[in-house]
Amino acid sequence: MERKSIIPGEIVVEGEDYLPGEGTEKRDNKIYSLRYGLAEETNKLIKIIPLSGVYEPRRGNVVIGKVEMLTHNGWVMNIGSSENGFLPLAEVPRYVNKDEIAEVMDIGDLAIVKIFSINSRGIDVTLKSRGLGKIDDGLVFEINSNKVPRVIGKEGSMIKLIKDETKTNITVGQNGKILINGEKIEDELLAKRAIEHIVEKSFISGLTEEVTKWFKENASRDVPQNKELEGKK
Amino acid sequence: MTYKRKDGRKLDELRPISAKVGVIPNADGSAIFQSGKTIAIAAVYGPRKMHPQHQQDPTKGKLRCTYNMMSFSVTDRIRPGINRRSTEISKITEWALDPVLMLENYPNKVVDVFINIIQADAGTRCAGINAAAMALAHAGIPMKNIVTSVSAGKMDKTLVLDLDKYEDSEFKEGEGSTDIPITMTPDGKITHFQLDGKISAKQLNEIIDMAQKACKEIYEIQKKALKDSIEEKQ
Repeated sequence: MERKSIIPGEIVVEGEDYLPGEGTEKRDNKIYSLRYGLAEETNKLIKIIPLSGVYEPRRGNVVIGKVEMLTHNGWVMNIGSSENGFLPLAEVPRYVNKDEIAEVMDIGDLAIVKIFSINSRGIDVTLKSRGLGKIDDGLVFEINSNKVPRVIGKEGSMIKLIKDETKTNITVGQNGKILINGEKIEDELLAKRAIEHIVEKSFISGLTEEVTKWFKENASRDVPQNKELEGKK
Repeated sequence: MTYKRKDGRKLDELRPISAKVGVIPNADGSAIFQSGKTIAIAAVYGPRKMHPQHQQDPTKGKLRCTYNMMSFSVTDRIRPGINRRSTEISKITEWALDPVLMLENYPNKVVDVFINIIQADAGTRCAGINAAAMALAHAGIPMKNIVTSVSAGKMDKTLVLDLDKYEDSEFKEGEGSTDIPITMTPDGKITHFQLDGKISAKQLNEIIDMAQKACKEIYEIQKKALKDSIEEKQ
């Protein structure tokens, strides 16, 4: 079955042998959609790919968070979801003096963190893993979290392409916040423009080829507008 | 005894409708719905944390609607801000939308819906509910179905659909006019029904049938608007 746009309450398919996956429900042998997005079928399992909505945190997600509050035993971080994440002191891979917690990370600082538990009390995040840590420099911007899979591509093909083309290092948080680190600011801005292009064209098939073409057309690192420079942290 | 409508519509004819989603970039979901001269804009935020905290429900998420008429939406400027009427319509909108929403998995959260009427020509609560239903779907909120709202009514003894300002409040012949806003799902289940006035049981049944037919038409427009927003990018 080809992907098709679907609205809540619509019948996706009829038939006994179909199974309801994420965002769907089975009633009287009919698969009903519960969400707005694109319906997709893999081995008789129907699921809905959402295209909009707020970021829903999952265990294991790597996200970029911002410190909102300091407590006596950790940091409260805004990770772009409806609930704040908590980074306990013990989840920082170095010794931290309890009285000088702000010297490690202060309010407003950004960090790449990983969600390691979600329960009824809240979301806990950690810094103890490869690639995580406080962000010292680079360009951070935000896209719709539903577009993150498009930016990463199949097995990371898309993000690898951008990294190679722009010679930058990119971290994509599952919450839609993206960090770009490059030698030159022009490289970072080119990578940002490429990602924004992907977000805009996220619906078309053969996106990787489209982006390869885009890089050929936009290979010059000229900044189209000066105001883009203001995005540099 | 047939009544001839001022704008030349048939008795069971809707005003021209247009709808679009994704009109407010900052919102998680948004929609505009226009029916004749009535225009409603709805914006959805969330699910986000419920504030004030004492209104949090740890068993399920809540829906919070705010209906507002812009001061310039009517001929005589209305005083901006909440009033008795807007408070009532906000509550009514919540009740009309709540049965289709599935907020069980969002404890302590709230889904905020802001409805603004930028131009009013009767039927504003129906336009607001239609816009809100589209905006909620656009925001990716899980829901069983989309609701559709329409107002049907009685002018003197004639049943009419989708009354405009004149038919709703300026018509004074005979028994005058009564309007009945009805909200239902595409399969005909009623989630909201308002009536203040007098009507016979027989005529009420006819009104519900008429509204059902009209809701199907409006539903197709809502569906098309939602699907177009995906497909035009493809």
